Amino acid sequence: MKYLYYPGCSLKCTGRAYEESLLAVFKALKIDYTEIEDWNCCGATAYMAVDEVNAFSIAARNLALAEKQFEKEEEIQVIAPCAACYMVLIKTMKYLNESPALKEKTVHALKEAGLNFTGRVKVRHPLDVLINDIGIEAIAKAKKHPLKGIKVASYYGCQTVRPYSTFDDQRDPQTMDNLVKALGAEPVDWPLKTRCCGGSLTGTVAEVGLPLSYILLKEAARHGADVVVTACPLCQFNLECYQTDINKKFNEDINLPVMYFSQLMGLAMDIPQKELGMQRLFVKPEKVLKTVKGGEPAYV
Amino acid sequence: MSSTNGNGSPRIGFYVCHCGHNIASVVNVEEVQKFVATLPGVIVSRDYKYMCSDPGQELIQNDIKEFKLNRIVVASCSPLLHEHTFRVAAEKGGLNPYYFHMINIRENVSWVNTDKVMATEKAKDLARAGIQRVFFHKPLIKKEVPINPAVMIVGGGIAGIHAALTIANAGKRVYLVEREATIGGHMAMFDKTFPTLDCAACILTPKMSAVKNNPNITLWTYAEVEKVEGFVGSYKATVRHKPRYIKEDLCVGCMDCIDACIYKEAKYPDEFNQGLSMRKPVYIPFPQATPQVVLVDPETCIDFKSRRCKKTCIEACDRDAIDLHQIDTYEEIEVGTIILSTGFKPFDAKRAPQYGYGKHQNVFTALEVERLVNASGPTNGEVLTRDGKKPKSVGIIHCVGSRDAKTNKWCSRVCCMYSLKLAHLIKEHTDAEVYNFYIDMRTPGKGYEEFYDKLLKEGVHFIRGRVAEVTDWALMPEEKDRLTIRVEDTLIGTVRRIPVDMVVLATGLVPRDDAQEIRRMFNISCSNEGFFLERHPKLAPVSTFTDGIFIAGACQGPKDIPDSVAQAGAAAAEALSLICAGKIELEPNTAQIIEKDCSGCKSCIPLCPYSAITFKDDIQKAYINEALCKGCGTCVAACPSGSIIQNLFEDEEIFSEIDGLLKFAGLETGALCSTEMEVQ
Repeated sequence: MKYLYYPGCSLKCTGRAYEESLLAVFKALKIDYTEIEDWNCCGATAYMAVDEVNAFSIAARNLALAEKQFEKEEEIQVIAPCAACYMVLIKTMKYLNESPALKEKTVHALKEAGLNFTGRVKVRHPLDVLINDIGIEAIAKAKKHPLKGIKVASYYGCQTVRPYSTFDDQRDPQTMDNLVKALGAEPVDWPLKTRCCGGSLTGTVAEVGLPLSYILLKEAARHGADVVVTACPLCQFNLECYQTDINKKFNEDINLPVMYFSQLMGLAMDIPQKELGMQRLFVKPEKVLKTVKGGEPAYV
Repeated sequence: MSSTNGNGSPRIGFYVCHCGHNIASVVNVEEVQKFVATLPGVIVSRDYKYMCSDPGQELIQNDIKEFKLNRIVVASCSPLLHEHTFRVAAEKGGLNPYYFHMINIRENVSWVNTDKVMATEKAKDLARAGIQRVFFHKPLIKKEVPINPAVMIVGGGIAGIHAALTIANAGKRVYLVEREATIGGHMAMFDKTFPTLDCAACILTPKMSAVKNNPNITLWTYAEVEKVEGFVGSYKATVRHKPRYIKEDLCVGCMDCIDACIYKEAKYPDEFNQGLSMRKPVYIPFPQATPQVVLVDPETCIDFKSRRCKKTCIEACDRDAIDLHQIDTYEEIEVGTIILSTGFKPFDAKRAPQYGYGKHQNVFTALEVERLVNASGPTNGEVLTRDGKKPKSVGIIHCVGSRDAKTNKWCSRVCCMYSLKLAHLIKEHTDAEVYNFYIDMRTPGKGYEEFYDKLLKEGVHFIRGRVAEVTDWALMPEEKDRLTIRVEDTLIGTVRRIPVDMVVLATGLVPRDDAQEIRRMFNISCSNEGFFLERHPKLAPVSTFTDGIFIAGACQGPKDIPDSVAQAGAAAAEALSLICAGKIELEPNTAQIIEKDCSGCKSCIPLCPYSAITFKDDIQKAYINEALCKGCGTCVAACPSGSIIQNLFEDEEIFSEIDGLLKFAGLETGALCSTEMEVQ
């Protein structure tokens, strides 16, 4: 199957490691993808609050671009790895398909730009593609270094399975846990898998945002996690980069690696660390690296 | 000429009903009356305020005599409501009731239109169609079939028990078939019943033994219906007796075999106690089981695995009642009517993972807690957590698997009340703080609201809000090593965390797993939710679309004990009413094979939803059993050679009706008979 790939802004800047590792894994698993040409920001969650029609139109532009680019394909599958992009694109599909009035306005706006939106795109999350298209067995087979003895806390965040549970349970998601299991690691059963990390509040209203990230890190550590894996650039950023602030504010000594699930996959599949953006991490996942390499971490 | 149809040239009487304002406020009935008077064959045309009233019916009867009418058409409400009324009126006037035809200008016209002119035109079109149709009506004779006075009741919970006793006490034979080893159903598991708090066992077990001892009741437990054939009045059912490995007639329930079992310790989860206690491979479901007969579970009995057990149980039985080589046996019975009272299944709490059932050990289902508070339960009535502690604080979560778009949308009707009951019992047994988390309190029943009021006074806490999650994650020191219920309290408008030692999930009621198979076996319907469908939600609540098959209790939808018993009584009365009549009239709108035209292709046979069509091998033709045919017309439409006709829906009747309907547009369909009508 051929996929279109919608990176979104984060994966090109703060979340570069997500893009690098995900595409490296796709390549290794022979997943055929093409980046959408001339894509734009999805509008994230903020724009919806400002102007709905505009917000839906700019998000729909990406879907219209996909329709144009894959005009001849029977099925148009767009992979959106960022949790916010994924949620916004699915929301756009849903709202436009269910509200003729909104669709009319959006289609009119896109027409001005020479585009058309018919609504035949299917928005997919990479976890969905990996588990349901590629299959857990193929992934288990592709691993070269089983992550034996590594305890992994899968952190889904608020947007991947909510509000639209397209491929996993809204309350007790399992996809990432199953993936972790296929890599030979041990998933940690912890209760805060879908609890909010603070989102943009960590940067804007720190006294609200920081405690939320702190709760997650502390609970993951209490359940014995060696590493937290996530599928959201903002979650990864909040949980990893604010650890110094959190330790200072709450008088703690947390030093917990937080990485993308695709990085963990890449390590197990023996993809060179540089191709996985491992050098971009602030907290080194020493234990994981030791397990896969049997020696020193090899940062570039 | 067919339009004379046995009683001379058509002389039609037409009556249009005002139905108070229901029809007359939208349709100009006088105009309709005047219009119809001009149509061929119409001798009398009248409008009247209430045609269904006695004077209305007398109008028809008098006109039949005075004007020698031989066809009657009434334009009024739905035939579902009053077709029978008018047929009887026509019959009283001396006409065959099938010379009557009814047109619905209420549901089909006045209730769904606002434009008076257009509505009147539509009513006129429908009236003309009916007038043209009735030309071709024929006299039909209703067939009668005798009713076998025996009744089969499937399911021996409180509904089945009550129905069985009611019918048996009327002196009729009852076969009560129960798939479990004992009758009693879910009610036998309960400790007390709301709102009176009388002990469930005290009111149920006397009825259970009455069933066992009633000479008119044949009680078959551990048995299942395998096959049902026939039709109202004469059903034939095949019942499979499952092997209990005990000769039921010899066992007296002394339980010496249980003591003697090679397993000294009971080590298998006890189904009756919801797995909260253990049983041996040879066991009795509960002390008051009816019949008082033990059974052997081949899944756990070691002799069935190795065939090398010392069989100490057999040695211990001095009545030689144990037979480990029993096999399925089958029995055929003939009954006239059947009552299904197969009950419900509690919602599987694991389908709501946010409440942690199966993950956190101190999350219980309501049925488990019923067993805990029961004096003969696994803890002798002590309410204990799974780690053996008396809880200081208990949270009861309502609507688990009910009123939830993700699982089941329906309200299970009993959970609010049983949650109140459990709250009262838990408080009484443990003195714990009890919290009820509810969406709405639904207490509509005699004494129910008063019971809720009593609980409020007892100091039980009520928090309005759907619980978000049950978590073992402690945010505050007082939550450590406990379960925390996170909920939005919608009355004070804030999110609350309430630490408790025990969580009770008020699981809803869902259809049994095999409800669809049972439905097919008995040829009845299910609602969207999967509960058995009644014939009419208000006016035929225990009847089904298959004559002679009735439903009672929670198999029809969630209901409490009083409602189940009421329905069981109603179903018993329906069965008895058929039995007392001794015979039943069948609607004559059935289909028939025209044998000379039937090619024997068998296309119709699999299409019949009522299995009414069989194949006569000797003459290679299809045959329709009139007693089974419901007149749905599927076979008539499907027959490639047009060799099936249906009474009241013959081609000339339908074409003539269509022709009458289309005349408004100046369309002449040229339907076969319109020009040949013989008009006086």
